[in-house]
Amino acid sequence: MMKFMILTYKRIRISAIAIVLVLALTMGSLSGCSQKSRTGIIVAGSTSVQPYAEIVAEEYMILHPDTEIDIQGGGSATGITAAQSGVADIGMSSRSLKDEEKGLWYVEIARDGLAVIVNPANPVQDLTLDQVRGIYAETITTWKEVGGSNSKIHVIAREEGSGTRSAFTDLVMGKTTEITPRAIVQDSNGAVRQLVADDPNAIGFISLGLVNDKVKALELGGIEATRENVENGSYKLSRPFLFVSLSEPTGQTKEFVDFILSADGQKILMNEGLIPSSKGAGK
Amino acid sequence: MKNTKERLSERVFLAIALSTLSVLALITVFIIAKGVPIIAKVGVLNFVFGMKWAPSQGSFGIFPMIVGSVSVTLGAAILGVPIAICCSIFLAEFAPVKLRNIFRPAIQLLAGIPSVVYGFWGVIFIVPFIRNYLGGPGLSILAGSIILAIMILPTVISITEVSILALPRYYKEGALALGLTHWQTIRSLLLPAAKSGIVAAVILGIGRAIGETMAVIMVLGNAVALPTSILDPVRTLTTNIGIEMGYASGEHQEALFATGIVLLVIIMILNAAAQYIVRRKRSR
Repeated sequence: MMKFMILTYKRIRISAIAIVLVLALTMGSLSGCSQKSRTGIIVAGSTSVQPYAEIVAEEYMILHPDTEIDIQGGGSATGITAAQSGVADIGMSSRSLKDEEKGLWYVEIARDGLAVIVNPANPVQDLTLDQVRGIYAETITTWKEVGGSNSKIHVIAREEGSGTRSAFTDLVMGKTTEITPRAIVQDSNGAVRQLVADDPNAIGFISLGLVNDKVKALELGGIEATRENVENGSYKLSRPFLFVSLSEPTGQTKEFVDFILSADGQKILMNEGLIPSSKGAGK
Repeated sequence: MKNTKERLSERVFLAIALSTLSVLALITVFIIAKGVPIIAKVGVLNFVFGMKWAPSQGSFGIFPMIVGSVSVTLGAAILGVPIAICCSIFLAEFAPVKLRNIFRPAIQLLAGIPSVVYGFWGVIFIVPFIRNYLGGPGLSILAGSIILAIMILPTVISITEVSILALPRYYKEGALALGLTHWQTIRSLLLPAAKSGIVAAVILGIGRAIGETMAVIMVLGNAVALPTSILDPVRTLTTNIGIEMGYASGEHQEALFATGIVLLVIIMILNAAAQYIVRRKRSR
């Protein structure tokens, strides 16, 4: 028995050495790979900005075949962290920077409206900002209280960490009220839109550019949710789409940022439903 | 010569087997290392029994999700286990060979359907059905339980069937010889004798249900609040990780790993219970 055990231990030790060797070899070859890879621009962050950035990047890469732009999601928080740590050349954010993040270089590439959407079958056309806040704080629980049918409101929100959620919280809920924990949570603009399209008693919020004919964007205090009204400032729910970087970009990265801010770049974003940027670069 | 070859091949297989173990160890160590700091900071009781989950404000309570996981899994067991046991009795005792040869692969196929397909089907069929006929938003404990009940069928059916078939033949022959009917034999002899196997099957089914993520993200609604009825949306431990990981960083991410620790502990307890029950039966 004893002899058997010793033998087994010996075998295990030899095998362990083998494993370490295999691991070391794999690591070696992996790091070899990354050294060889082309230098390009790494862009990461908000999944709200991502689809638009991808479209512009595609266009840019057609014009500059030598540049490789790698665009990844992860969310606004991830994008800002990645820019701070230098992991990404550009971080994308779909909310304004917090005070402690203001040291970063940033530029507003476009603005996006935030639409409060309901099912097209819902007779409600117009809510005030206070009513929307009341619905999301669950002080208003039936559609009847805001001029609709006598049924319970199904509140739909985005998940914690989402730029769209934090923009909605900043713009609608304010500092003192919170989105009710009983709200249904969906993890993308598309999922919220689909649910509202299916459920006549649902209310949700999505990027204005993603509103389609399956859902109805509500007027806020009598003001229609349109690109023009966001641009002229009468529709209050809008948020910046930011490019964030550790320091002012140079070289390839600067060229890409310049392209997205140029008339051509802005036109692409406008065609996709965004509102052109009014402001220039920040710090 | 042959001896060296034999020993070499033995070692190669041992090395490969150990590498799977080391993967388990790596993952466990990583999850614990990532998740423990936040549990330590918040406190185990505050983390496990906290009612409020708002990572951006520093509130990390996962109790509503534990309740969510338990209620959805319990619902799945209540709906799925009776069907599964009846089905396996039918397969083991009543089904003619031809029928059995159709049923078995079909049930295996049920296990092979990707969970995202189950979820999609749930969103398209079950959720609107609940919304239109039972009320509420449709995304609910009930929708999740129905989906999971179907998903645990293959596990519970095949293990239950095997444990009925594994009973010695003379049990049944003796009972029939004593004049019991077929149904009496099943009810009073085969089922009690296969009890531990059936319990193990149910526990493994529950383990499968509690760990399922993708399908339930799509049909549960993911609200972080204590449910008051089976038509309310809930969030489970798995969906909490699945839905928030994309955006999480810093403490938020640690809290998701900590959620993973709680889940790991629950699943380990379930698996250990299943193995204990099966072993106890064998040793008798």
